[in-house]
Amino acid sequence: MSIEVQGINKFFDTFQALHDIDLTIPDGQLTALLGPSGSGKTTLLRIIAGLENPEQGRVLFNGRDVTQLHVRDRRVGFVFQHYALFRHMTVAQNVAFGLDVLPRKERPSKPEIRKRVADLLEMVQLDHLAGRYPVQLSGGQKQRIALARAMAMRPEILLLDEPFGALDAKVRKDLRRWLRNLHDELHFTSVFVTHDQEEALELSDQVVVMSNGRIEQMDSPLELYARPDSRFVFEFLGQVNVLSGKISEGTIRQGNAWVRLPDSCDNDDAQLYLRPHEVRLTQAPTEEAHLPFQIEAISVIGAEVRIELKPDGWACDELWEVGISHTEFNARRPQRGDRCYAVPEVGHLFCDHQAVPKTLDWSVAR
Amino acid sequence: MATPKHRRVGDSPMVRRLLIGTAVLLTVLLLFMPLVLIFVQALSEGWAGYAGNILDDYTLDAIGLTLVVALMTVPLNMVFGVFLAWLVTRFRFPGRKVLTTLIDIPFAVSPVVAGLLYLLLYGSNGWAGQWLGEYDIQLMFSWPGIVMVTVFVTCPFVARELIPLMQQQGSEEEEAGVVLGASGWQLFRRITLPNIRWALLYGVILTNARAVGEFGAVSVVSGNIRGETNTLPLHVELLYQDYNIVGAFAAASLLAAIALLTLVAKAIVEWRQSRV
Amino acid sequence: MSTTDTSGRPAKRLSTSGTKRVLPGFGLSLGISLFFISLVLLLPITGLVIRAGGMGWEQFWFVVTDPRVVASYKVTALAALAASLFNCVFGLLMAWVLVRYEFPGKRFLDAIMDLPFALPTAVAGITLATLFSENGWYGQLLSQIGIEVAFTPLGIVIAMAFTSVPFVVRTVQPVLEELAPEDEEAAVSLGASDATVFRRILFPTLWPAIVTGGALSFARSLGEYGAVIFIAGNSPYVSEVISLMIFVRLEEYDFPAASAIAAVVMVTSLILLLVINVWQGRYLKRLNGG
Repeated sequence: MSIEVQGINKFFDTFQALHDIDLTIPDGQLTALLGPSGSGKTTLLRIIAGLENPEQGRVLFNGRDVTQLHVRDRRVGFVFQHYALFRHMTVAQNVAFGLDVLPRKERPSKPEIRKRVADLLEMVQLDHLAGRYPVQLSGGQKQRIALARAMAMRPEILLLDEPFGALDAKVRKDLRRWLRNLHDELHFTSVFVTHDQEEALELSDQVVVMSNGRIEQMDSPLELYARPDSRFVFEFLGQVNVLSGKISEGTIRQGNAWVRLPDSCDNDDAQLYLRPHEVRLTQAPTEEAHLPFQIEAISVIGAEVRIELKPDGWACDELWEVGISHTEFNARRPQRGDRCYAVPEVGHLFCDHQAVPKTLDWSVAR
Repeated sequence: MATPKHRRVGDSPMVRRLLIGTAVLLTVLLLFMPLVLIFVQALSEGWAGYAGNILDDYTLDAIGLTLVVALMTVPLNMVFGVFLAWLVTRFRFPGRKVLTTLIDIPFAVSPVVAGLLYLLLYGSNGWAGQWLGEYDIQLMFSWPGIVMVTVFVTCPFVARELIPLMQQQGSEEEEAGVVLGASGWQLFRRITLPNIRWALLYGVILTNARAVGEFGAVSVVSGNIRGETNTLPLHVELLYQDYNIVGAFAAASLLAAIALLTLVAKAIVEWRQSRV
Repeated sequence: MSTTDTSGRPAKRLSTSGTKRVLPGFGLSLGISLFFISLVLLLPITGLVIRAGGMGWEQFWFVVTDPRVVASYKVTALAALAASLFNCVFGLLMAWVLVRYEFPGKRFLDAIMDLPFALPTAVAGITLATLFSENGWYGQLLSQIGIEVAFTPLGIVIAMAFTSVPFVVRTVQPVLEELAPEDEEAAVSLGASDATVFRRILFPTLWPAIVTGGALSFARSLGEYGAVIFIAGNSPYVSEVISLMIFVRLEEYDFPAASAIAAVVMVTSLILLLVINVWQGRYLKRLNGG
């Protein structure tokens, strides 16, 4: 079932939580609403569910206007951030609830309900916990029960509010993979809210980045990562190194630092954005770039070594970070305080007088 | 010498003993001995005398009327308390704060003033009283008046117990219920009620304790007619003023027993709630 | 669905949010609550205001400043003040002992703290009157050292103190429970004496709760009737409380006078209630860092 959101505006008293939101979620896709807290992503999710009412705009399921339809009748599956399991009911009673409250005519028979609950618990691999109460479950178990409960009504739309927010890293990862598999298997349309860019990129078919009640960008994870539309999206998607300066004669300069741009550019104030893995470190400056640094810190982060760099003879708001492989690290053995130079390989140029950023690739020019 | 893990104020054995000793002594003098006195006085003529006092016709009438008052007041205030708590904890609307302040009025107003309020409105001089009088309905100085003022005095208790609890529990579970298709009644019956039942029970018990024991407000609107408009507390007063001290304490011992049951109920409810 | 106005900007707070609420029962619970509050609380209060307002300012003033009535204001206010001051000290002691120490019988002590709320006031009244009467358990002992309680203002203080015991205990207890031990430990480890730590570290955190509890106790004492009348002796100008004054006027069938005095009492207690609510709201906010 496809979801369409048209011209949604939402106020909380005088605060406008959502500004003219338009969004299309195709049938069967897994979409992430990504943004910092207060960006309006949860409000949007709750509006799709019918848990909040927008002041303006429409919500359509498969082309049918459901804006005036009560939550009860929208028949969506919703997984709450803190699970909202009914604390006085057992796991099995929780999962059965949606079926139990159906009008008598539509309600399956008792044995049938029992069978369906058993199937659902098997699906989430927790059939052995049927008689437990929510307080006796771990976070990951609660999460899966909440999911089973939402799935009991066989919804065509599944909405999840920060589904992995309260879990520790290991459980998160397992559950993520498991949800992805479940989605691929059952093929409902899902939307989930998250503030974790890694989660959004890994799990979804489409990512909607939001800030301050507006949609910043809507794209597939690969596209989003390769071509962020705005500085906000770029910065929100992870660590980024920035050189801000002036472009003249195809070169961006600031202090004693400069980078020759592979494509022709108008003279302008601009920022060059480089991700940690889009930069190489060298002993000496090259023809393409002169970015002198002093090594500020070296730390081993799993598979790579992270080098923090302090600019030498120019300035930036935050220290640069560059990741190098252990092999490279062992070959060169850089020390804290050493001088070195950064050479960009791929970069993104934001010019003040241009709406769209430009992706630069030095390797092509080479 | 082993040093204790936490060194906090008042930990020294002497201070500790002194404070506990004072607290226990004062509590015994101020709260416990009065309780003992009630039962000692009530039983001072032996069990037979006690039974005689309780089974006295007028006392039985007073017990009956008190039960009637409680049976009418408690359900009414329970329903109102639940609706009010649902309203102020599950919805945001202008005037919500005003409503929660209004409900405290019976706590602040002297019971005698409470009784007077009703007497002025529904008494033979009051405009509602005059209007009702035309239909030959008299509310004051008869049992309906007693019920009315008791409702006034005890209306905050259930809501006061429920509001903080329901606020703290939040409405996520109910929202989850709605998403799953539950109707209003199913929501209340199957999700809200199980979560609030202990607080509700305690609110009802408190309401009952106050309803049974209300004195000031009731004495204003009751005609103090023996066997007609005498509730148990009024009967206690009457016996005491007749110098029938033992009889007064026998009747009082029933009220004291209800008070003790209330305290026990509170302890049980707190214990149940701390387990969740 | 509401439409956009011509400027394309959405108008603030459109009606749709009110028509479709997520949780059911808004209309029903609002209706029942408003109906109940209007009928049970507001209508009778309006009746009093109209009655008191209808008597003319001069007569009203004459009635409420009658010397006997003024004497009863004084007796009530002073006794209530003394009772709530006692309860501030006693309540703090009880809360402290119940939170800080473990000892046999603690749960019983905790439970019996609520007795004055559960025990009907008339029962409390006759019990205290009997205890403190000339040949009562306490009265006998006290008369030997020349202290008379029954039929004196001191009796009123004791009755008021008894009925409002739980207020301070129950407001201070949660605050004490929430107190982090680190501040105290730090101060103690710096060599401060217990008294100093209490005065400088603990008391500043506790006093708002003590004041709130004391104010609630005071408000309750002002209106106390049942517990007081049996022990007070009720002699005019000396030991008549204000609630009794209203009752006396009623028994004289002087409804205007009773209403006027009741209006004074009610307005005073409503103001007190409002002040306590505002103050409590503010200090709770500070406490929760909100």
